[in-house]
Amino acid sequence: MSWETVIGLEIHVQLATASKIFSGAATAYGAEPNTQACAVDLGLPGVLPVLNARVVEMAIRLGLALHAEIAPSSVFARKNYFYPDLPKGYQISQYELPIVARGRLPIRLADGREKVVRVTRAHLEEDAGKSVHDAYPGATGIDLNRAGTPLLEVVSEPDLRSAEEAVAYMRTMHMLVRYLGICDGNMQEGSFRCDANVSVRRAGSEVLGTRAEVKNLNSFRFLEKAINFEVERQIDLLESGGKVVQETRLYDADRDETRSMRSKEDAHDYRYFPDPDLLPIVVTPTQIERERALMPELPWARQQRYVTDYGLNVQDADALAQDRAVADYFEALAAAAGDARAAANWLNGEVFAALNRAGMEIPHCPVEPSALGLLIARVRDGTLSGSMAKQVFEAMWQGEGSADEVIEARGLRQVNDIGALAALIDGVIADSPSQVEQYRAGKDKLFGYFVGQVMKKSQGKANPQQVNDLLKEKLGGS
Amino acid sequence: MFAETVTAIAADLKAGRYSSADITEHYLARIAEFDPGLNSYITVCADEARAAAARADALLARGEGGPLTGVPYANKDIFCTRGIRTSCASRMLDNFIAPYDATVVEKLTGAGMVMLGKTNMDEFAMGSSNETSWYGPVRNPWDLSRVPGGSSGGSAAAVAARLAPVATGTDTGGSIRQPAALCGITGLKPTYGRVSRWGMIAFASSLDQGGPMALTAADLALLMNAMAGHCARDSTSVERPAEDFTRLLAQPLTGLRIGLPTQYFAAGLDPAMREAVDAAVGVLRALGADTVSVDLPHAGYAIPAYYVVASAECSSNLSRYDGVRFGHRCDDPRDLTDLYTRSRAEGFGAEVKRRILVGTYALSAGYYDAYYGKAQQLRRLIQQDFTRAFAGVDVILGPTTPTTAFELGQKTDDPLTMYLSDVYTTAANLAGLPALSMPAGLIGGLPAGVQLIGNYFDETRLLNVAHQYQQETAWHLARPPHA
Repeated sequence: MSWETVIGLEIHVQLATASKIFSGAATAYGAEPNTQACAVDLGLPGVLPVLNARVVEMAIRLGLALHAEIAPSSVFARKNYFYPDLPKGYQISQYELPIVARGRLPIRLADGREKVVRVTRAHLEEDAGKSVHDAYPGATGIDLNRAGTPLLEVVSEPDLRSAEEAVAYMRTMHMLVRYLGICDGNMQEGSFRCDANVSVRRAGSEVLGTRAEVKNLNSFRFLEKAINFEVERQIDLLESGGKVVQETRLYDADRDETRSMRSKEDAHDYRYFPDPDLLPIVVTPTQIERERALMPELPWARQQRYVTDYGLNVQDADALAQDRAVADYFEALAAAAGDARAAANWLNGEVFAALNRAGMEIPHCPVEPSALGLLIARVRDGTLSGSMAKQVFEAMWQGEGSADEVIEARGLRQVNDIGALAALIDGVIADSPSQVEQYRAGKDKLFGYFVGQVMKKSQGKANPQQVNDLLKEKLGGS
Repeated sequence: MFAETVTAIAADLKAGRYSSADITEHYLARIAEFDPGLNSYITVCADEARAAAARADALLARGEGGPLTGVPYANKDIFCTRGIRTSCASRMLDNFIAPYDATVVEKLTGAGMVMLGKTNMDEFAMGSSNETSWYGPVRNPWDLSRVPGGSSGGSAAAVAARLAPVATGTDTGGSIRQPAALCGITGLKPTYGRVSRWGMIAFASSLDQGGPMALTAADLALLMNAMAGHCARDSTSVERPAEDFTRLLAQPLTGLRIGLPTQYFAAGLDPAMREAVDAAVGVLRALGADTVSVDLPHAGYAIPAYYVVASAECSSNLSRYDGVRFGHRCDDPRDLTDLYTRSRAEGFGAEVKRRILVGTYALSAGYYDAYYGKAQQLRRLIQQDFTRAFAGVDVILGPTTPTTAFELGQKTDDPLTMYLSDVYTTAANLAGLPALSMPAGLIGGLPAGVQLIGNYFDETRLLNVAHQYQQETAWHLARPPHA
């Protein structure tokens, strides 16, 4: 009998605000411990939270992108538990009335099918601080820089049926939040992480199995591995007559396994109640319209447009639309070059290769789309061969000027003059009698030798197509 | 030679009859003489007060400064003061020095007032007798064997004993009005949201409200002008244009409609107290006011609703006192649980622990609806009672407390009886309404207080009624024997 996997994800999206959700302290990553924690973040007596209005705008934007309901009034609640890195002894979160509810996110699966994943809710909350267990012998350090960092927790329905689907969903959400400019998406720094609720059931069953929650997965690979491990563990357990217990588990990447953290029995009673220090968040239709007007074109709309308007294939369109900055670059380049396919090829080829070599992201690319567009135009008008264009690109990357300036300075104009080429070819044929004989006797492979000789004599400037054609004509034979 | 009310002291300072330094020394000397018997101050800030008085005198000498410049005050030890310990009368915060001033302190300092010290109170403002303080009980200057009321018992005793002309207080369920009544002074709990809670250590956030305690209603009005106002650091602070709280003081009471709730004159009210209230009503009638009986059908639920809501909120508000970052930490904790349990067991007193337990229970899974949920429903019903009543009357009048000051130790073993001393005061907190207590007689040598409850943001009306009453009576000027 086969098993069906059922997964729901809770994704923690760290909102890209300059200051914290309830205080004016900075949110920058990597500062000296406790240098970005003010009296509010420390939970000193008498201090009070004041909501950062930016987080509401960001939540509205995600709600719009997910076609979700945006609550006209939502409420902050206190989640009470003791932990040393939780300064107030409670986390301010949203419980019964979240700001965003009932949305949906379309994802594309490996086989090209599209699947719509339902989003249950997204709620605003503050992050806790960090316990540092290894820095001080016999003691634990507490760093409250992260305390009060704004999070949007996005909870999906249990609609995902495999690790692959879960990864596709998480990737799509990752792409979306960066597109919307609400999260930097940096998973190593924890800006985007998730908990996975995993259960299995007999294929065809309508009843959900008992789930385990795997906490704090901060990479797509870990998500995939943790789910696969967990699914296997649960199936083994059930097939050997055991039972899955509802519990929280941690994924250990070094051992590639999940381990029990706490069972349902030791689960906290969080004693949620509305936070009396904060008023309900009121969102007006005007505010929603203002955010709607600021919304960028979403990635799936761009993918679609690249296929229909630019004639790209689905894979290329998907790849280019993934990242807002890349897509923006691509569209500017396609316009400047007057050839979307050539633009896509250049971007996916030379540009990304050069960026990778330099360890750079596209916003810092030294070659502007307009400049690269001119270079592509020079290939189209026959001034440059493909390989010459690569040299020119390299020079442009190094800051040697525009395509035309580099062509001029290096004398890189392609030789298209048939008479001059014919003379070169005649010279090569005259200098290589034995090769000509062998070629004419049927050794076809020698054709490349002649091409190479001609290109060498032309210092790479000969138009390769013309060289081919002329050589064939003059050598005759096969 | 020194005046005793804020109004008169301010006039004397302006006229140069004495300096802020003179009056400050006068109060410091009185504190040194009388406070050992009263214990109304936890911390006396003589050096800081002298420095502030010197600054005020410099301003006054140049003819500058506002209406309160140079006037001394006492500050309840629940308002954070930068560089000066703020203990909340708890061992937990015996070592706590805030790096910031409460908005109220900032405003009073900005108005040029001179802080004499930090006054005693019930621990974390939980109590009605000032007996739960880590620094020992406060004694009532009318009778040293009796309590001053609580939780702002130190502020009330200090003002009554003339150890400060005015003091700050906070009122969560009657903590300004009940001690004001028991000590024979005048106290105002403003509308919820009028006075900023920033830097005011939280007991129950949805009920807590700071306010002034003084000898006269006119003094309260002056203090309100300095204390009230929108504060961007408190999300529950109301945005309203500044107003002059003295503006209606002189208005005649002709045509004023006073509501007398039948529930506030029922069983449990001491007959002598009832007589005092009736007499006050007579004075107000003689001033032109009309009285009408009003019905507050849910008044009887105020105490249970209050103790559920206040305890629930405090159980969460006091979670931050965990021994990790500040405050009391037990010696040599073995592990995290030991750190938490011993720090809190040692740092908190019995009443605070009782309320944390009650509140934790009330919010627990399976009990939330029956307790916290139900209490919130009652809160709405109590609010609606008042809304209906205020459709027909301008103010609601009744006793502030069922009895006069009781003996120290009399109710400490019986928390429920203690809680009943708040029977008339908690409803205004649950509804968020402004309410004032003013002295209206002496019963066996002990003060009796009358409470006036007003509609939202109608503090000027309460101050008007009390001021007019105080023009006709002298109870507010009666001096206790131990002063």
